[in-house]
Amino acid sequence: MKLVWTMACQELRSYFDSLTAYVLLVLFLGFSGIFTWVYGSDIFMYGQASLQMFFSVAYITLFLLIPALTMRSIAEEMKTGTIEMLLTKPITCRQIVLGKYLAIIMLIAIVLVLTLPYYISVSLLGNVDHGAVICGYFGLLLMSSAYAGIGLFASSITNNQIISFMLALIIGIFFHLIFGIIGRQIGGGLGLIAVGLDMNSHFDSIARGVIDSKDIVYFASLTFAGIFLAEQSLKSKIL
Amino acid sequence: MNVIVKNLTKYYGQQRAVDNLTFEVKTGEILGFLGPNGAGKTTTMKAIAGYITPTDGTIIVGKYSVADNPSKVKQLIGYLPEHNPLYTDMTVIDYLRYMAQLQLIRADKINDRILEMVNVCGLEGEKHKRIGELSKGYRQRVGLAQALIHDPQVLILDEPTTGLDPNQIVEIRELIRRVGREKTIILSSHILAEVEATCNRILIINKGHIVADGTADQLRKAEQGAELVRITIEDAYRDLVINTLRQVETIDFVDTVKGKNDSFEVHGMPGTSCRRDIYTTCVENGWLLTELTPVETKLEDVFRELTK
Repeated sequence: MKLVWTMACQELRSYFDSLTAYVLLVLFLGFSGIFTWVYGSDIFMYGQASLQMFFSVAYITLFLLIPALTMRSIAEEMKTGTIEMLLTKPITCRQIVLGKYLAIIMLIAIVLVLTLPYYISVSLLGNVDHGAVICGYFGLLLMSSAYAGIGLFASSITNNQIISFMLALIIGIFFHLIFGIIGRQIGGGLGLIAVGLDMNSHFDSIARGVIDSKDIVYFASLTFAGIFLAEQSLKSKIL
Repeated sequence: MNVIVKNLTKYYGQQRAVDNLTFEVKTGEILGFLGPNGAGKTTTMKAIAGYITPTDGTIIVGKYSVADNPSKVKQLIGYLPEHNPLYTDMTVIDYLRYMAQLQLIRADKINDRILEMVNVCGLEGEKHKRIGELSKGYRQRVGLAQALIHDPQVLILDEPTTGLDPNQIVEIRELIRRVGREKTIILSSHILAEVEATCNRILIINKGHIVADGTADQLRKAEQGAELVRITIEDAYRDLVINTLRQVETIDFVDTVKGKNDSFEVHGMPGTSCRRDIYTTCVENGWLLTELTPVETKLEDVFRELTK
């Protein structure tokens, strides 16, 4: 556990040292800020003291930004050979992957904490459903966790960062979009499975304030699958 | 702490890198690992360090097996990989702290260990620089510092002096010899002079097999077999010298040296010394003996002979 924490702190520090974290902050807060407050069907058009708008914008932004965060995490260690340094230390493959996962979650949590002024502003404008807001943030963390798992897996199977980024997006877009479309097109039993794999429905129900165990199970299994596959692929890489 | 490698075999796909390798290294020994490119040196070292899983065979460090207790073994081993991969964005101090934490050194000891390593490896002036800004020699020192940071019982150094200038090479050798007194060290190199200067035991491997094992002297003797002496005799007829010397009991045969009229190479009978007899023969015949040099087989020759 101590090693996981060491790994996570080191990763988090390297996100800030390499400016990746700041770029992410600017991009995320910029995008979500503009679409929540200024442009398009923003909060003022909506006419309700609700953060629904922000959550849907954040949902898309995080989908695009998380692969950019995860792409280097394992791929770079393999490319520069520093993975050899790590794996000849008492740390295991699982601890490495878990530490890197934890670092991404911590970074996303920091990003989300910085959007709390949105919540404060809206709550000053009218009656906010506090439960729904908490659930929304919780949902964002859950979907980040799932995409972080997928991203780590993508990063573990190649040592090229661009390929890793693309791969994470391709896998991600299946859950984000394609499963939903396929499911609604074909219908039947397979269609139900495909719809069940679609992330939108799970996220929407949480963001509306309904926390159902099946949604939690959905995000948890995606996260677990990603981390598990990343660990296996890292193990196989070192022969 | 002893390192025991038993029947180590490693295949990369169809290619056999190491074939049934067995050897033991004891505390206080500095084992030099020699071999041509692709002989299996790095593979063996990686297997001991727990980075690759052997296809077959066991490796035991102290009382732990690498396969069963990898974390325990890794805490006992300090490892400097061949290409010395480092995080170029980190400063020397941060990097050493990270490595110390990964080695599970107690938090209150970490700063002391880092300072000691900075002193021992001569990184005083560079400790706040980013590793990416350092020259190759200093990076090598950082690599060595991280290998030594947890005061390991076993040190595995894959070509530790590549990229260093002659002064640094001498310093690093000195350092290896100093820490080697109470530790077990395995180091590989393709610079024979280096192995001869640092190691008290040499293991030559070729195509995954051990072809020689012993001290530098033992290897030279084994390879050379009989004594070889180079002599120069003045004031004598060449043919007469050759014929007379050939009749001496301890001398096998006599060669002339190209381009030099009065120099000869005398090959002794195996197991005997002919130097005394050469002198007495010269005295008896009234020749002037101006040179008598025993020719030692160089380690290079041993190496080339064994790994042909």
